[in-house]
Amino acid sequence: MANKRVQFSHPIIPYLFIAPQMLIIAIFFIWPALQAAYLSFMLEDPWGMSREFVGLENYQYLFNSAEYLYSFGFSIVFSALVAFLSLGTALILAVKANAVLHMQSTYRVLITWVYAIAPAVAGITAYFIFNRHIGVMYDFLNSLGWQFNPEADAVDASALLILVSVWKQIPVNFVFFLAGLQGIPKAVREAAALDCANERRRFWTITFPLLAPTGFFLLVINITYAFFDTFGIIDTLTQGTPGGRTTTLVYKVYQDGFLGADLGLSSAQSVVLMLLVLSLTFVQFRFIERKIHY
Amino acid sequence: MNKTLKALTLSAGLLSGLASAATEIEWWHAMGGSLGDTVNAMATEFNASQSDYKITPIYKGGYEETITAGISAFRAGEAPAIIQIFDAGAATIINAKGAALSVEDILVDNGYEFDINSYVPGVRYFYADANDKMIGMPFNSSTPVLYYNKAMLADAGVKPPKTWEEFETTAEKLKQKGYVALAQSHTPWIFFENFHSRHDLQMADKDNGFSGLPNKVMYNNKHLKMHLEHVKAWKDAGYYGYYGRVWGDNENAFVKKEVAMWIGSSGSFGGLKTSADFDFGTSYLPYWESINKDAGTTFIGGAALFAMAGHTDKEYEAVAAFFNYLTKPETQYFWHRETGYVPITNAAYNLAKDDGYYAANPDAEVGIKQLSLDEGEWTKGYRLGFYVQTRESIYREMDRIMSGETTVEAALKAIETDANRNLERFARTVK
Repeated sequence: MANKRVQFSHPIIPYLFIAPQMLIIAIFFIWPALQAAYLSFMLEDPWGMSREFVGLENYQYLFNSAEYLYSFGFSIVFSALVAFLSLGTALILAVKANAVLHMQSTYRVLITWVYAIAPAVAGITAYFIFNRHIGVMYDFLNSLGWQFNPEADAVDASALLILVSVWKQIPVNFVFFLAGLQGIPKAVREAAALDCANERRRFWTITFPLLAPTGFFLLVINITYAFFDTFGIIDTLTQGTPGGRTTTLVYKVYQDGFLGADLGLSSAQSVVLMLLVLSLTFVQFRFIERKIHY
Repeated sequence: MNKTLKALTLSAGLLSGLASAATEIEWWHAMGGSLGDTVNAMATEFNASQSDYKITPIYKGGYEETITAGISAFRAGEAPAIIQIFDAGAATIINAKGAALSVEDILVDNGYEFDINSYVPGVRYFYADANDKMIGMPFNSSTPVLYYNKAMLADAGVKPPKTWEEFETTAEKLKQKGYVALAQSHTPWIFFENFHSRHDLQMADKDNGFSGLPNKVMYNNKHLKMHLEHVKAWKDAGYYGYYGRVWGDNENAFVKKEVAMWIGSSGSFGGLKTSADFDFGTSYLPYWESINKDAGTTFIGGAALFAMAGHTDKEYEAVAAFFNYLTKPETQYFWHRETGYVPITNAAYNLAKDDGYYAANPDAEVGIKQLSLDEGEWTKGYRLGFYVQTRESIYREMDRIMSGETTVEAALKAIETDANRNLERFARTVK
């Protein structure tokens, strides 16, 4: 046993190696998070000239506010739909693109293309395409008989946001799924093809379980994306309208804290958001990851 | 070679000597696009007009971004000498003791003449404190006015309505010709705030927030309820087009000839001149004769310039010199002509008149004339804490009224609850 000892026995060196990284985490993640937690118990004027401890008042305010509870529910439904739809679509596209024999790379480039677009740009582009005065799609949808009106109709506005958010995220998922598919050994696929003629069944029994680690990783990434990165799309496309019906939790933090200068209230919202994403990630790792074999 | 080098060093030394002699101050503003160009032109002219002071305008984004940048800078002890703050943020900076100095004090202390009565009535007290002392220098000031498509109104054989009572018959005639009569671009500003000043109605306790920290917003009143119920009925009848809360979407409905009339800002005039390919006219904001027969002046909208605390006497000297330059009739006239914002002093207004500007552009005078209408008890302005959030509630509830999701009564109740809670929270942050 003795000769199996770790080579670097000096206890300081490994810590020195990770010190820069820990320092960055402490400065840019832990310190702001603690600051937000501290401010969430305070009522403070915007200029930082007075600060008063108010206990849980900010949290009580939030959970008694119908608007906040709505944005809570909306964020969850919105994120679930965005993650599910973008993962599903990307998986289908990846499987199909992987099976294409001719011009495979052309397909890949075309699907990955959107990846380079920033969320805010995607939002502005969609604004122009779906705008009532100049939008091509606006006219098209209305000519189909759908009274499409995202400025006034909450369902239309939500559908539009989901569409753009999904569209923007598909390429990322596509690239990972494609890499995952190509990582499946050819021998396994050939053996499966010999044993089972049904392509759909082969997918669900062989390909899908083997893709599961990639899928799980993407699920975590997509939930985070839907919660946080869709901010740019919302800000350029709906600003939480109509009637506050497309306000996600992140957008509400921005409205109350950045636009409204109510630091205590928006800090409390950040803390709630942080806890929510932490618990979601925990659930994912605890219950979903268990079912995955690497 | 050596000589050139020497000469260069010498001139560089001279230049830096000159530069260090001038007191430099920063001016953070929210004027993008062509407005930003005009701001830069004014700063350049001021810098060229003397050698003691140098002002550097810095564009900080929209109104909200600018005030947020100012707040962060102030907290870090690096606030600019001058910052532009918009109407809804006025309470935030004026109530914060020690955040901004009074521009009136700065001008007087540095030996400039100051008379608040030389400012146009509607502008005068909007950024003043409880004792009528001017805290913020009104900068880009506008007021809501009605624009109308001349051809459409002529087609229906109507004139722009002076009152909302008249509007109902006008709108019916326009509808018969296949036109939607009206759109407007800023629900809180036009249908809430200015609705109260035009009819001389109280908006909040403590003199609309001027004589102390208010704790009651009075939006939940029978007049506003009546008005909004009419607006909803107009929408259902096809008289009113509601294109959501975004300013541009409603303005575009007018530009694209979807509606015959549009209520926007007097400062929209310049933009409409280039975007609308039809002849349009300008008229006063309509009022309800049934509420107030002698409807008077409206509030201004836009923003003011504040001198932030924490600078040296020398820097405030520069601030005073710049404000003095800014309020000169020639500067104001230039600003008025370039942007469409109203001139803030009577002298500038007279200069524009004498120059024949309004004879050639009668529409450009409507905003300033409206601001010169009779003042009432409640037309000074308003000072409400966390008002940005209150406006957000107003936008939200208006969307819901228009989609039929809520009633006017419930909406006004919700706005009142939100607004009062904002006031209560804000009052506790002011020490």
